[in-house]
Amino acid sequence: MADIAEIQTGLAEIVEEVAGIDAAEVTPEKSFVDDLDIDSLSMVEIAVQAEDRFGVKIPDDQLAQLKNVSDAVDYIAKNQ
Amino acid sequence: MTTTNVVVTGYGATTPLGGDAASTWDALLAGRSGVSRLETDWVERFDLPVRIAAQLAVEPAEVLKRVEARRWDRSEQVAIIAAREAWAHAGHAGDEPTVDPLRLAVIVGTGIGGALSLLGQDDILETQGLRKVSPLTIPMLMPNGPAAYVGLELGAKAGVHAPVSACASGAEALAWGWRMIKSGEADVVVAGGAEACITSIPIAGFSQMRAMSTRNDEPERASRPFDVDRDGFVLGEGSGIMVLEREEFARARGASVYGRLAGIGTSSDGYHITAPDPQGSGAARAIGAALRTAGIDPTDVGHVNCHATSTPVGDVAEAAAIRAAIGDHPVLTAPKSAMGHLLGAAGAVESIAAMLSVREGIIPPTLNLERIDDGVQLDVAAGEARKVDLTAAVNDAFGFGGHNVALVFTAA
Repeated sequence: MADIAEIQTGLAEIVEEVAGIDAAEVTPEKSFVDDLDIDSLSMVEIAVQAEDRFGVKIPDDQLAQLKNVSDAVDYIAKNQ
Repeated sequence: MTTTNVVVTGYGATTPLGGDAASTWDALLAGRSGVSRLETDWVERFDLPVRIAAQLAVEPAEVLKRVEARRWDRSEQVAIIAAREAWAHAGHAGDEPTVDPLRLAVIVGTGIGGALSLLGQDDILETQGLRKVSPLTIPMLMPNGPAAYVGLELGAKAGVHAPVSACASGAEALAWGWRMIKSGEADVVVAGGAEACITSIPIAGFSQMRAMSTRNDEPERASRPFDVDRDGFVLGEGSGIMVLEREEFARARGASVYGRLAGIGTSSDGYHITAPDPQGSGAARAIGAALRTAGIDPTDVGHVNCHATSTPVGDVAEAAAIRAAIGDHPVLTAPKSAMGHLLGAAGAVESIAAMLSVREGIIPPTLNLERIDDGVQLDVAAGEARKVDLTAAVNDAFGFGGHNVALVFTAA
């Protein structure tokens, strides 16, 4: 089980890999769409990689609710 | 009524001969070959009869950002690389906007499209299942992908188009760009072709048509247009892009002008899905139409940059078309002897060469022309580059399906 800090770090690495945004920019309060300019196609890829890395399921209806980085980190922490 | 002229203000390329237009042109003039052995596992695995290709001189991943390379099919990568070079070359890449996006169009053709992505994602579906298939699969495989990504990159809003006419696609894109400027739909059109499909199934398919050279032991001697011992084309990859502009617009912004796309002609054979009309009558009609739209006489055409792919039937049919439409005076060259057949990018890359021949008064040599086919009956530059003062040059491009395109380039 990854703790919150590990999930935050791991998710930032995934965002950098998929979308090319410096992991240091991927901070908890940032919005994926409005702040990080990540489109819906990249979000699908990020979700698949996060599922594999953290052993969690992120259904499409849940994915749509994950507006900020912290939303995703919290969801993963609760559901891993 | 004032005449609208179409000028070329910039160009870019990435090819088997070089990672940009200048290095490609230098290699063409020097008579270097971009053909080499294919060092891949699938050549052995499928026991393919063709084991050579003209692969890019510079890998796109070396030029692009990591995420760009990850998100774009190879055909899209080469289009962007060539388009960025052309755009900067034309003086449009500075901080100040140079053209209203509503007056800027992009037209980039491809013959095959994102075959590598289609096949790669199919492998992933088979081996790893649905959830590992990239959500970018469709934008990577769609044949309008190269045009669409170039359009996004440049912010073009006057239209983004992707002519698909097999090996005529790149030249057709330039013809389409000429029409858009002539009709008043755009002031600037970024146009050309992109192709990157060197993998097993295209080679297997072309091989089964007996269209490809199997001179595997002598890669650099395999592509030999107009030579009696030619045995098919060599598959290449790359992109060529031109920036076309309405002349008044280009002059007003103080742009450098490298040449004119003076006229265009297109036609269709109505003969066979892959074989050219042996008399070359469809090709001759395209050339004739290009000369008429350019308003020049056949005697003014000193040079033809040929489609000549090194197939037994195509090369002599093209020679017949040139003799019929222009005469026996032009000096020919066949750049596919050096860089292989770039399919949907060929006409665009070779148009850059045709224009530079007019500009610099020099025609690149045709490689491997040792004994000319009796059916050619024309003067083909071979051995070394030939200096010739030129008023106008024609670029030919033909595609499976019976598509014919001819473009006339004149001096700036």
